[in-house]
Amino acid sequence: MKTLMQSVFRALLVPAVLLLIWELVAAPGQEFLAKPSEIAPVAWQILLDGTLLKNASQTFAAALGGFSIGVSAGVFFGLMLGLYPTFARISEIPFETIRPIPSVALVPLSLLTFGFGLRMEVAVVAFGCFWPAAIYANAAAQQIEPRLEEVSRNLGLGFFKRMWSVIIPASLPTIFVGIRIAAALALVISVTVEVAANPRGLGYAMIIAQQTLKPALAFAYLFWIGIIGVLLNYLLVSIQLKYFAAGTKIRRP
Amino acid sequence: MQRVLWLGISFGFAALLVLIWKFIASLELLSPLFFPAPDVAWAALVDGIKNGDLLKNALTSLSRMLVGWLSASLLGVLLGGLIASSSLVRTYCVPLLEYFRQIPSSAKLPIAIMILGITNEMIVVIIAIGAVWPVLLSTIQGFTSVEPRLIDAARNLELNRFEMFWKISLPAALPDIFAGLRIGLTISLILTVVSEMLTGLGGIGEHLLLSANYYRGPELYAGIFILSMIGFTCNFLLASAGRKLLRR
Repeated sequence: MKTLMQSVFRALLVPAVLLLIWELVAAPGQEFLAKPSEIAPVAWQILLDGTLLKNASQTFAAALGGFSIGVSAGVFFGLMLGLYPTFARISEIPFETIRPIPSVALVPLSLLTFGFGLRMEVAVVAFGCFWPAAIYANAAAQQIEPRLEEVSRNLGLGFFKRMWSVIIPASLPTIFVGIRIAAALALVISVTVEVAANPRGLGYAMIIAQQTLKPALAFAYLFWIGIIGVLLNYLLVSIQLKYFAAGTKIRRP
Repeated sequence: MQRVLWLGISFGFAALLVLIWKFIASLELLSPLFFPAPDVAWAALVDGIKNGDLLKNALTSLSRMLVGWLSASLLGVLLGGLIASSSLVRTYCVPLLEYFRQIPSSAKLPIAIMILGITNEMIVVIIAIGAVWPVLLSTIQGFTSVEPRLIDAARNLELNRFEMFWKISLPAALPDIFAGLRIGLTISLILTVVSEMLTGLGGIGEHLLLSANYYRGPELYAGIFILSMIGFTCNFLLASAGRKLLRR
């Protein structure tokens, strides 16, 4: 308990000093920069009156939708790449041509295809989440103990039975690393899509705050987005440590 | 030899996919506005390069990305090295740095616009701020996870501080630093595109958004293709440089 208190103190000391300096140096009532004492009440207020929750749930809906689609497709595709080397060799050029496309580059295309709203955001997030899932699933399938494969063949398991009871359990720890990266990415991409084009969620709330010259509000959203990111990361790392710790190198942050 | 053969087959498969794309487009089940035939998209790409528009935008984006990424890399490695060298600084600063890393960089864009205005400098700064975190944190990780026995050995050999850094710490940290640099590069390209979409100061990002606003599907695909090429080339160059450096 004492060490926990100590590490919390250590983690908060520098931010506290920086906030204090910021508070003392910044001029009040600016149009482009807010003091911490102006930001804090706004941050508290959007938490209480539900606007934060409303915007966050819009962002979460898109992030979760895109994450589910992208990760399912990615894991399936990645396992196929890892299990069938021929397939991997054949799809190398298409795979490596499409992979470097930054997901935000698809925002205008998705906009043109689906219009504003949930669907266009889900599509972009799904594209982004596909790659880490595919890459880690591919690596996972390549690492599967060959004897497991032999056994399942000898048992005469069908494709789906083999997938479900041999391949997926054996590769889950590595796949989960990809899933963790994809989940963090889903939040980042959905906020990005909202900042860039889509009028919904946390990202758009920040843009509105900027355009209506409310720096305190923009900073308040930034603060909460950071907190959400930290909590999400903590949750994912905890899941990984609890269920998939064996064989994966990971540090608790 | 076999590798070349497989690449040829893979290329053939890519060509087959393009043919399927053309076939689906010719059915016109999807609106050609956002699903043009591949040859139409290709023509738009060639046109855009010939009349110089696309090339100019690509160069604008590329230079912003590189300036931002290089500043981020320099800053990240220097700061990371400094922070790693003192365990006191590490215990007090790393939690804050981890918090900043969790904030999506694109969310810092509205704040950057408020403070710096809609300028080219703002774009470069936001790219640098976004790309600095992976470099910084992986540099810290690299310098602090040097094998302790190596350090003991170096002490026994009585290496001075500089030799210690140059011969032991840096080579040990380099793989981590390179991993950070590559993630930073990916982030740089993303932030270039997002800030160009938001500011309208030229570049491929603006090209993409304008193409969508004017329903010019083929030009949209041409822009995405250029971005893919930029991403692929930069990543390839950095990966090759990394392999060369790390082999010594």
